[in-house]
Amino acid sequence: MPKRPHHDMGGLPAGKVEKAEHDYAAWEKRVDAMMVLLSDKKRRLMNTDMLRRGIESLPPDAYDRMGYYERWMHSIATMMQERGVVTKAELDARMAKLRAAGET
Amino acid sequence: MADPHTQGHDHHDHDHGDDQPHAPVEEKGGGEYALMAEAMRQLLVEKGVITADEFREQIERMDSRSPALGARMVARAWVDPAYKARLLKDGSAAAEELLDITVAPLRLIVVENKPKLHNMIVCTLCSCYPRNVLGLPPDWYKSRPYRSRAVSEPRAVLAEFGTVLPDDVEVRVHDSTADMRYLVLPMRPAGTEGWSEEKLAAIVTRDTMIGVTEPRADA
Repeated sequence: MPKRPHHDMGGLPAGKVEKAEHDYAAWEKRVDAMMVLLSDKKRRLMNTDMLRRGIESLPPDAYDRMGYYERWMHSIATMMQERGVVTKAELDARMAKLRAAGET
Repeated sequence: MADPHTQGHDHHDHDHGDDQPHAPVEEKGGGEYALMAEAMRQLLVEKGVITADEFREQIERMDSRSPALGARMVARAWVDPAYKARLLKDGSAAAEELLDITVAPLRLIVVENKPKLHNMIVCTLCSCYPRNVLGLPPDWYKSRPYRSRAVSEPRAVLAEFGTVLPDDVEVRVHDSTADMRYLVLPMRPAGTEGWSEEKLAAIVTRDTMIGVTEPRADA
């Protein structure tokens, strides 16, 4: 049987369900909104399949280590670079600028 | 995952677990990715891809979606057999009819609990969830233990939520996909005879519509 991809976890043994909850942080909502807007009829720059491709191609250790919206953000950033909407240089430069300004 | 545009509603029912501490499982390392999110937002606005207003409006729409929407559908189905029939036939249309939201092209499939049948929902591959009518999913729904075990040992998972079903009750687990989302129509509990629709909706919690708990008259 071929090895399952990492995200395909249905039926595998796992621990107790930790009934954790948290209020979604502003940045998480921002990522969610970005995904919805990039996918809408006006833009059509993203779709669920692209989002999943970006997430499911993460190495297993990164997939497990990263939070849910971290995986989304990683995927959106990858796809926007693939589509030429932003470049890596632009994104890096803006992140550096925000870091220097102490903003998040 | 990406929901179509929905209309605003003023239901702010953040149904967080009663006594569960807020575990920041999703916020770890948020620093670097939070920074990336803001950097990307700024770039998209500057390039004219998305306006700042569109961002703000989308976040407002998201905040307006909560389990109170799904609860209204369930309560209506409990008091109106004709609505219940429409809900079970076409969940998307029934949601749009009652809530003035857009659900299509997403297929919302409502599965009915019966005395000898209990339904629960999961998304083993990712986190597909009926966001239009329940809001954003709880962390545990997206967690490895729930995604892994809901399909192989649902009774054990249900027991962890305090739901212990008799052996002669069949458990049916529905694995959601990007295009098909499920919602559980729980059974109306005894002791709610004569209740108003509004009072009924108040006992329909998010978890009862995921199918990990059952509504209780004394909730």
